[in-house]
Amino acid sequence: MTMRTFAYAQPESLADVIAALGAAPSRDAVRPLAGGTDLLTLMKGDIVAPDRLLDLKRLTGLDDTVEIRDNELVLGALTTLTAIETGSLVGEHCPALAKAASLAATPQLRNRATLGGNLLQRPRCWYFREHLIPCWLKGGDACPAREGENGLHALFADSPCVAVHPSDLATVLLAMDATVTVRGDAGERAIAAGDFFVQPDEGRRRENTLGGDEVVLSVAIPLIPGRTSAYHKAMDRKAWAFALVSAACSFRLDGGVMRDVRVVLGGVAPIPWRSTAAEAALDGERPGADVFARAAAAALAGAEPLRHNGYKVHLARNLVIEALEEVTRA
Amino acid sequence: MTVDVPVNGTSRREEIEPRMLLVHFLREQIGLTGTHIGCQTGQCGACTVLIDGEAVKSCMVLAAQAEGHEVTTIEGLAPAGTLHPVQQAFWEEHGAQCGYCTPAMVLSTVALLADDPDPDEHAIRHALDGNICRCTGYHNIVLSVRAAAQKVAAGAVPEPFLQR
Repeated sequence: MTMRTFAYAQPESLADVIAALGAAPSRDAVRPLAGGTDLLTLMKGDIVAPDRLLDLKRLTGLDDTVEIRDNELVLGALTTLTAIETGSLVGEHCPALAKAASLAATPQLRNRATLGGNLLQRPRCWYFREHLIPCWLKGGDACPAREGENGLHALFADSPCVAVHPSDLATVLLAMDATVTVRGDAGERAIAAGDFFVQPDEGRRRENTLGGDEVVLSVAIPLIPGRTSAYHKAMDRKAWAFALVSAACSFRLDGGVMRDVRVVLGGVAPIPWRSTAAEAALDGERPGADVFARAAAAALAGAEPLRHNGYKVHLARNLVIEALEEVTRA
Repeated sequence: MTVDVPVNGTSRREEIEPRMLLVHFLREQIGLTGTHIGCQTGQCGACTVLIDGEAVKSCMVLAAQAEGHEVTTIEGLAPAGTLHPVQQAFWEEHGAQCGYCTPAMVLSTVALLADDPDPDEHAIRHALDGNICRCTGYHNIVLSVRAAAQKVAAGAVPEPFLQR
């Protein structure tokens, strides 16, 4: 429970942070600290043991501003989950994101947790989170969840790891075609959410493509006229739980038919899981129970349940239908 | 490292290890044991304090992160020998059973009422999602928050604590 010792630094600028990350002997040796709600948990569990933390909340160049810029809703990386839950701009332009924030964690954690940290949080897999158990994601040879207690694990995993991505916000952001802007030694780059979240592989045992010297600056959601969205989340209790399964859907109606359709599932893969098959089933169709059922079936067509998580297939199908119904009503 | 954390209006300058959590700073470094420790993993909410008026779990915050921010603990709500209106409401409505979660429940309520002076039951339960009462005394806790809202709305001030 007691963390290993470390040094605590308060860099004055983002450039100092990037330089320190770039000079670190390993990725885990120097870690940026924002809200700390995931990092401190990992450190208490001895999953990571940084030599030095860089507090991001006391420097210039990173912020918690939420604004409309160039027809996009732009949220600074330090925006708290509370601000996303209660802020008027998010509520007006992306209520699904506000709902996702309201369903994440608890008020005290939402007051601390930041958008950037939420996207970068590590999986809650109980094998990953137990430092005494070797697991592939932590650098081990194999994933113990594949044949172990895998009731909370993935239906879709094109990875040695079958943990699921824990972020509610990420699921919605993928359904909104959001981009993540990051900055590193080589400068700034904007990454489509679908390219930011990538399944872990042998060369990158992480759930995202953020470089070792990079910091998340902001997230931008394009504002598409007429597009509405919804987020539905199933939990094993009504509050303070990660998603068993969640579904984020969005589309706009053009002459009565659905366009720019997005169907994304949470809690079913190591990353937020977009179903282009479900989207294709909906594109150009009028909203209705039959087409929603076909799309939901298509979303789960390739599912490969493990021994204990078959229930997620049924749950996911119904959540897709519920979310599509809500988008239609919105 | 040296930190200077304002706690209940008083600057607390202390020499600490960077890994010291705010909850340990409060309890062990400066002796304010009204903030309780439950799980130490951000689950139970027993260690809730206010930072700049917002409820946070003090086991999930480094003392160093709190430097320069105003920390309020249960000891800072009302002058010694008196009860803050929220504490008074919990007393009158039997909002405490074993009492372990109570300081945290009271502080979460103070933060809630600052944002929403007239919360309905749904808003109260949402605001207390992160505070676990292992006696499961939630019913009276919700009643206490409602009563507290009425006291605060009526302009109540800290009252002398009378042992009955």
